[in-house]
Amino acid sequence: MRYGHKYVFLLPGLLVLIAILIFPVIFTVRLSLSGWNSYNPGLDFVGIKNYVRLFTSDPRFWEAFSRLAFFSLTTVFLQYILGFGLALLVWRDVLFKRFFRVLFLIPMMTTPVIMTVIWKTVFHESLGPVNDFLSMFGLTPLWLSDPMLSKVTVIIVEVWQWTPFMFLLLLAGLLSLPKEAFLAASIDGAGPLRKFIYVTFPLMAPISIGAIIIRLIEASKIMDTIYVLTSGGPGTSTETTSFYIFIKGLREFQMGYSAAMSFTYLIVMILSLTVIVNILIRVFIGRND
Amino acid sequence: MRSFYITLKYLAIALWTAFVVGPFLWALSTSFKDFSSVTSGAKYIPWLQFKPTLEGWNVLWRTPARGGVDIAEPFMNSLMVTTLASAISIALGTLAAYALSRYTFKFGFVKNNDITFFFISQRIMPPVVLSIPFFIMLSKFGLLDTIAGLVTVYIVLLMPIAVWIMVDFFNKVPRELDETALIDGCNPFQAFFQVVLPNSIPGLVVATMFCLIFGWTDFFFSFILTFTEVQLLPVRIVALNSSITPWWSLSAAALISVAPLLLVAFVVERFLSKGNLSGALK
Repeated sequence: MRYGHKYVFLLPGLLVLIAILIFPVIFTVRLSLSGWNSYNPGLDFVGIKNYVRLFTSDPRFWEAFSRLAFFSLTTVFLQYILGFGLALLVWRDVLFKRFFRVLFLIPMMTTPVIMTVIWKTVFHESLGPVNDFLSMFGLTPLWLSDPMLSKVTVIIVEVWQWTPFMFLLLLAGLLSLPKEAFLAASIDGAGPLRKFIYVTFPLMAPISIGAIIIRLIEASKIMDTIYVLTSGGPGTSTETTSFYIFIKGLREFQMGYSAAMSFTYLIVMILSLTVIVNILIRVFIGRND
Repeated sequence: MRSFYITLKYLAIALWTAFVVGPFLWALSTSFKDFSSVTSGAKYIPWLQFKPTLEGWNVLWRTPARGGVDIAEPFMNSLMVTTLASAISIALGTLAAYALSRYTFKFGFVKNNDITFFFISQRIMPPVVLSIPFFIMLSKFGLLDTIAGLVTVYIVLLMPIAVWIMVDFFNKVPRELDETALIDGCNPFQAFFQVVLPNSIPGLVVATMFCLIFGWTDFFFSFILTFTEVQLLPVRIVALNSSITPWWSLSAAALISVAPLLLVAFVVERFLSKGNLSGALK
């Protein structure tokens, strides 16, 4: 039997994707070796000058990177804990189970930038409902203009937006677990907590790893929320890598330099995700061996 | 002890419900306010605390020439770009996913898993990295500020999602299904379109829902790659934010943009509760 037709299935999608992406990728690498800026637009060749500048004299980039790591790890950790908790809550015997499932899914269906605009009014320091409530206790926190608190605000909005995604993946996993394991545990007289530690959690390990990785990938691109909520401010206290590249590339038109940053960003991302995958596998599964 | 546990459970559900619903209720209330009820501090209940007006909603249908915002046109643009890009991504992604699930490929050291990973890994690309080269590429082809240009870019965003969901789904569709069809005299394409595809509706629905969500909610690409001719809904609404902040029309517009995907939430939940998602999402 001949298998030539298998290419007819695969190639249209593969080629379309490559065709759209090949130019941007090659162009980014080439652009990163040029000094393209607003005074001097054009693809001249300056060697690795941009990379030297990035690695030796731009602490702001690396600060933005550590901020990105902080935001991604905290938000995804919170989303995982909360998402798992919510999935367990509406997994079985709850009144109006399906109603709450729909409700808990809704935030991920909404457009992040648009909901962030709403959040910005919610956290408005003098006219918003949050401070209206807190002022009863004599508190008026500066949610958007305090360097520490603005980080918390970004995290709250991200958790609101994306916990449902974690919830969806984990609930889908919970609903597909085999009933036999729980039956056996019940017969052995295990309580709810023991059942969770020895049955549910280990069975959920592969799904947990998958869900965390997907969320980390998406979280590492965080940009929309920050653009609308704080524009990286106050100062640079909520500026992440994407946003810094956006400022350098599309506001100051230092195209060559921002391409070098983009390329470095991508490489660091791929390396750290590989490391994180290995750590996660060890944490969730490798304990036994 | 048991009733304490149950109380705690419903308390947790109630708290999270309040957190989820809060911003929507606030937006709903704000959409009926006017300048004086917004600037005089937080107000919640219409008639009791402020006098509701429909200005925030009315302004959305007026053309800019008459002092309105006109979100009907960006709404249609968003709808068009999202559905077109989703349809293309699902069609091409499903075919590729079927090939990756059923046949063995080997190009040098590149095997099936590597090709699947190549598709999915496109999600790692931060939009800001792609935006500058896309800007230059689209302007070369004269596709800047057009629907076609945006659809091209959105395919890169959406096809990885389609492939990711469909490969896992096809891996769970028994191979005997295709084999029986082939033995009955179908050619591979007939086997796929007449036998496998009709049995893959749940996977297709889930993949479509995810493409629609991620297409509809994207902001950055349309923000960078369009100006005046083709504006998408998120860009138009965020632009409202940067002017004098008319909170009322902002809230009304936000609620309109969120509304279509509420339907998606119901569909996703239906498939989730019937257990059809477990195969499609892993």
